[in-house]
Amino acid sequence: MDALRRLPLHDLHAALGAKFGPFAGWSMPVQYPAGVMAEHLWCREKAALFDVSHMGQVLLPSGADAALETLVPADILGLAEGRQRYGLFTDDAGGVLDDLMIARRKDGLFLVVNAACAGQDIAHLKAHIETVVPVDDRALLALQGPMAGDVLAAIVPSSRAMTFMDVAVIPWKGVSLWLSRSGYTGEDGFEISVPVMAAEALANAILSDDRAAPAGLGARDSLRLEAGLPLYGQDMSPDISPVEAGQKWAIPKVRRRGGEREGGFPGAEMILSQIDSGAPRKRIGLLPEGRAPMRAGVELFDAEDGGTQVGIVTSGGFGPSLGAPMAIALVDADLPDDAMIWGEVRGRRLPARQAKTPFVTPGYKR
Amino acid sequence: MKFTEEHEWLRVEGELVVVGITEHAAEQLGDIVFVELPEEGTEVAKDDEVVVIESVKAASDILAPLDGEIVEINGALTGNPGLVNEDPMGDAWFFKMKVEDLSAMDDYMDEAEYKDFIE
Repeated sequence: MDALRRLPLHDLHAALGAKFGPFAGWSMPVQYPAGVMAEHLWCREKAALFDVSHMGQVLLPSGADAALETLVPADILGLAEGRQRYGLFTDDAGGVLDDLMIARRKDGLFLVVNAACAGQDIAHLKAHIETVVPVDDRALLALQGPMAGDVLAAIVPSSRAMTFMDVAVIPWKGVSLWLSRSGYTGEDGFEISVPVMAAEALANAILSDDRAAPAGLGARDSLRLEAGLPLYGQDMSPDISPVEAGQKWAIPKVRRRGGEREGGFPGAEMILSQIDSGAPRKRIGLLPEGRAPMRAGVELFDAEDGGTQVGIVTSGGFGPSLGAPMAIALVDADLPDDAMIWGEVRGRRLPARQAKTPFVTPGYKR
Repeated sequence: MKFTEEHEWLRVEGELVVVGITEHAAEQLGDIVFVELPEEGTEVAKDDEVVVIESVKAASDILAPLDGEIVEINGALTGNPGLVNEDPMGDAWFFKMKVEDLSAMDDYMDEAEYKDFIE
């Protein structure tokens, strides 16, 4: 097996007392001495700094819009400068290869893709787009939480004018920061692409603010799950269609049947027919009744004894802000919304209620 | 007090053995959010899975360190699993067991040996 790759800011995380764990081939800070619970709650109340430099950053030149639309069922031609959209790489069978953020800058498109899929995504892009530029000399930091805006504005004043899903290129201490007002926690915040040589200075500038504290991958996962945000590889995969994963919203009218640029992406026929006529399975939120978390892989049944399997948990854990366990599950589409569900945990069927996601109210700055 | 390689501590209290997990184990597990205890009166064999602990990160099992009977469980942990992080060596004991042969504890490490073990 290849050695784990280290983040550009590895030494800073080590100095902050991080515990590292492997993720997608990277040695990632999973938590700091405060612990997952405290880091999670800090993010919901103040501002948490995550290092997500493992994620793939890619530049596409102007003019790549139409070609990218053949891979991603999003409205990229209609994406205004300074704005960002969420999208999915689909496959011919109507599954999902990865999810990504697409930002429109003056000089082209900037994509952020998942670490585990980055190599495959870049090869996929290169097969269809002439100039694909992987960005290997930048770190990616996420500053998230209700105080993230104030903390960043103290360092980069012009960031204050940005609203949810705005992007901007802003000079800072001789380098350029690529900012987007977005994130993966359900809170207001920013993702900041920063040249590696300036990354530590930026992280230290942020952390010198008492309102900011570092948070690891553990808190990132519990935060995104409370916010009802799907994780690629668990809640979405080649075996789960975008419609089943509850990501129909990411496919705009213009790419659907009857739209101006209908279809024209991998798996279009299957996915568009599911949008119109429904999919075999659907994504739901689950609130287990006891305290035992129902984690990914827990099988779900329609009865406490016997009965039939109606689905499976795709992500599950404990919600520190919720103060209770929560899960995202994939179940048969015809399961009634008010049906009680039992999850089989260590051989015992435990009851769970279906619930709307997000499990906590998001704090996006619209 | 004795220690197992599974990071449990064992303390003799009268004719019973009180079992919990070490501070080192609690720290490694992280924030504990759920504890499932056995029923009082359960007969257990050494290495049976008797307790399930879930942290925010993952689930882990606690094994019975000795043959015997679970005679008392610490119900406070069910409502307040975080106690395991706060006071793992004290208030957050998991269960008390009646064992047939207390001398079986001699196989386990003393505190100095456990300290060496975790280093």
